[in-house]
Amino acid sequence: MAAYVARRAGYYVALLLVAVCLSYTLAATALQPRAYFEARQPPPRPAAVDAQLTALGIDDRTPLYDRFGHWAAHAVRGDLGRTIDDTSVNDEFGRRVGVSLRLLLVGTLAGTVLGILAGAWTAVRQYRLSDRLVTVGSFLLLSTPVFLLAVLLKIGAIRLNQALGTDLIRFTGETTPGLRGGWWAHAKDRAVHLLLPSLSIGLITIATYSRYQRSTMLDVLGSDYLRTAQAKGLTRRKALLKHGLRTALIPMSTFFSYNFLAVFTGAIFTEAIFGWHGMGEWLVGSIGKDDVNSVVAVSSFAAVVVLFSGLVADVLHAALDPRIRHS
Amino acid sequence: MNDPVLDISGLTVDFGGVPAVRGVDLHLGRGEVLGLVGESGSGKSVTALAAMGLLPAAAHVGGSVRLDGAELVGAGDKALSRVRGNRVAMVFQDPLSAFTPVYRIGDQIVEAIRTHQDLSREKAAARAVELLDLVGIPEPRLRAAAFPHEFSGGMRQRAMIAMAVANNPDVLLADEPTTALDVTVQAQILDVLRTARRETGAALLLVSHDLGVIAGMADRVAVMYAGRIVETAPVDALFAAPRMPYTLGLIGAVPRLDADAEGRLEPLVPIPGAPPAPGALPPGCAFAPRCPLAEDRCRETEPLLTAAGRAGKATHPAGAADPAHLAACVRAEEVGALRPLDVFPVPGTDGALRKAGPGGGRPVADDVLRVTDLARTFPLLKGAIVKRRVGSVHAVDGVDLDIRAGEVLGLVGESGSGKSTTLFEILELRPPERGSVEVLGRSVEGLTRRDARALRAGVQIVFQDPMASLDPRLPVGDIVAEPLRAQHADRALVARRVPELLRRVGLEPAHADRFPHEFSGGQRQRIGIARALAVDPRLLILDEPVSALDVSVQAGILNLLLRLRAELGLAYLFVSHDLSVVRHVADRVGVMYLGRTVETGAVAEVFARPLHPYTQALLSAVPLPDPVRERARTRILLPGDPPSPTSRPSGCPFRSRCQVFAALDPGRKERCTTQAPALAPQGGDHTAACHFPAERAVL
Repeated sequence: MAAYVARRAGYYVALLLVAVCLSYTLAATALQPRAYFEARQPPPRPAAVDAQLTALGIDDRTPLYDRFGHWAAHAVRGDLGRTIDDTSVNDEFGRRVGVSLRLLLVGTLAGTVLGILAGAWTAVRQYRLSDRLVTVGSFLLLSTPVFLLAVLLKIGAIRLNQALGTDLIRFTGETTPGLRGGWWAHAKDRAVHLLLPSLSIGLITIATYSRYQRSTMLDVLGSDYLRTAQAKGLTRRKALLKHGLRTALIPMSTFFSYNFLAVFTGAIFTEAIFGWHGMGEWLVGSIGKDDVNSVVAVSSFAAVVVLFSGLVADVLHAALDPRIRHS
Repeated sequence: MNDPVLDISGLTVDFGGVPAVRGVDLHLGRGEVLGLVGESGSGKSVTALAAMGLLPAAAHVGGSVRLDGAELVGAGDKALSRVRGNRVAMVFQDPLSAFTPVYRIGDQIVEAIRTHQDLSREKAAARAVELLDLVGIPEPRLRAAAFPHEFSGGMRQRAMIAMAVANNPDVLLADEPTTALDVTVQAQILDVLRTARRETGAALLLVSHDLGVIAGMADRVAVMYAGRIVETAPVDALFAAPRMPYTLGLIGAVPRLDADAEGRLEPLVPIPGAPPAPGALPPGCAFAPRCPLAEDRCRETEPLLTAAGRAGKATHPAGAADPAHLAACVRAEEVGALRPLDVFPVPGTDGALRKAGPGGGRPVADDVLRVTDLARTFPLLKGAIVKRRVGSVHAVDGVDLDIRAGEVLGLVGESGSGKSTTLFEILELRPPERGSVEVLGRSVEGLTRRDARALRAGVQIVFQDPMASLDPRLPVGDIVAEPLRAQHADRALVARRVPELLRRVGLEPAHADRFPHEFSGGQRQRIGIARALAVDPRLLILDEPVSALDVSVQAGILNLLLRLRAELGLAYLFVSHDLSVVRHVADRVGVMYLGRTVETGAVAEVFARPLHPYTQALLSAVPLPDPVRERARTRILLPGDPPSPTSRPSGCPFRSRCQVFAALDPGRKERCTTQAPALAPQGGDHTAACHFPAERAVL
């Protein structure tokens, strides 16, 4: 198992390097930091623009590979460079990474687990009313864009708050500014703020996973080994959980890593709508400001997240299916 | 019989209103073996599954199944789960899919034990190893830790039996337990089933379509047709004097390995038509539309299963009704005195359906196919991105064949012996990796495209699976016309040939507009044959042409092939794993093991005096549909499975399983371990690749 994980990890590190190189090349060629400075009022002197660009390491007169070499030399030492406003990318990264992870993790993890359960449950109850309701619900959710879903959730929360006459559900930012109270009050406040953003990510994840899980589970339900498990005296419920669900989860683990990227992209809207200052917001802002180093930092973050989830998926796969550890 | 352990009465099963089982009564006595025979769709598997309450939720089960008096139909999942695997256990057909792929074999057996017995994990694991040892798995302690995919088919079926007997059940249900297996492995598994029964004293309900397997195992037999039992009797009486025309037809349709006293083979008796669709049963007897003996009263009411009056033959004193022999036929008394050929007319019985007699010798004619020392290896690749070669699969490693015009060569061997690879190498019409291939007198070396196309018309193939080998979206007329079009035949010729071909294989020319799914399995195979005949080939390659078909349909196809051969002077390369079929159809036979030809010769000669130990074991493993002869036989049981074709052992590749080698003294063993035996003449046309060939009776 350890050897297998190490091999996969090595493979992902190689992929990460490729991803970082490609995103640097793309950001450095597509973005125009010079134009950003030249558009300032009053227009700065060309020499000052050149000096600033050189200082930031994003001067378009320097050959691309030199710029990349310069950036990479710092990056390996943990320095991701300066933003276009000459602040530290590392500081900005540190402020935002936690926000994004909280947002992504709660929604995806809860969504994945619930989606798998919903899928397995509906497969067992194929063509019954509950199965049909979940199916219709999933398709509705899947055909709703993230931003529309987020706005609808917001409107729903406002209506609910008005009806109850309290501020039960808060959805702007991560915390209530100026909140007093102990550790418990702060934790509760954060949880309340997390509710709607996580729902908007989680609901779509549930919808996607339940569809896939339903079809893999249906394959397993007709399998001979499930019948064998019952024939040796397991109750249907036990056979389904021990022999059915485990086997049906195996193909899902591959899907897990790919889905994470979609969630990350969707989270850009979620952050904006709920006023969270995470990586997504930073990415959109940086592209607008032609901020090469910040864009590369966010892209690298996305690559790390996706490849890490790929590694988690591999570990899950190996845990569920011991055959691949032994081959 | 006074105290049946499993008592099924009036069992009915329907799926959404379509009846699959229509009132089945079966009584399984303590320790008894009851064979349940029937063709696909007869409801035999459904009956077995219904007895255990294992049918899908869509099935509606009625009637009664009592285990020692306790009713199982309608019992809850919890109550049933206490019975399943404990007092009634099941062995399923396909051992590959019957084990959960992600758990170790040993753990799955432990689970079966601990579900019903209060044993510690360690004790249960030790018991699992014991069980694996009982069913003959070598190194059981080690193998218990293996996953299902690491086991061969035979090993998996052994493990499945080990799991079934884990809790000393009173009843074993085996649903086609050997159907997916090779014949030598089948013999091993049947032996294991006998051992398992001896150890547990369990009664066995053996469901099978194979009359030979039933003849060798069962005490009593029940025959199912269209969801009902149509005849039941002690095994000897059933085979000696069946009283239901369907049973009679079934027995007549099975090709037999053993010839009759004069060394002749009876022509096979095909039952006309196909079983009725479960949703569209005829009124009256379900078999009446196919039965030549049917009268008006047969078509009115369905006959009940009753003790038929007097037995026709000498099995019972005249006039005494055997209470154990029941048949659902109004003419049961007459049928008991008839032979299959008396009831079912065989079209063109005179001569055409018999092969050239054993003394006839080979025809004086040109070779249509000559293959010498053919070899084909496949690389074994490893690696995710960059593939590197880590070894070779020696799929074919020295095959010799020759077929003269108008001759039928049967190529037999178990799965993995390289039969199919040999066929495809011949059909490639390209120079082989090693050895030589001559087709219709021309070497495939240096053929131009044009030559190859012309030659291709001379050699055609019929595939195993008649559904998968016909394009479902093409009407039958187009399917049959395709080889003609590939040879650039003009429209007029195609329009003339297609109806002619369909008629030739026994189909209506008017059916040319229909699509493959509108035909039954046997008819589809006829379409495949018509397609192969379209371009007037001289050699037909038949790749397991009847192995996907039920026995009553198979007989019709085999007869058709024999007739076509007589009418058109065709030569066949007939590949089959079924030696009885080859015995019936072929003039000469080639036996393959691990990619090599190990014995060749005239069929009558090789089957009567096999010289290679492998041929002997193969023939000895084939069950005869004759309980009396079957019980009198001693079997050569080969140990283990064929070795992997990735390693090429020195010396004789068969020696690891060879019964002759095992008995040799060390000095002579030396020869087998160092020298690979070549195919050497053994008198006349008979050749065998063995250093110590010796005759041995096997039938």
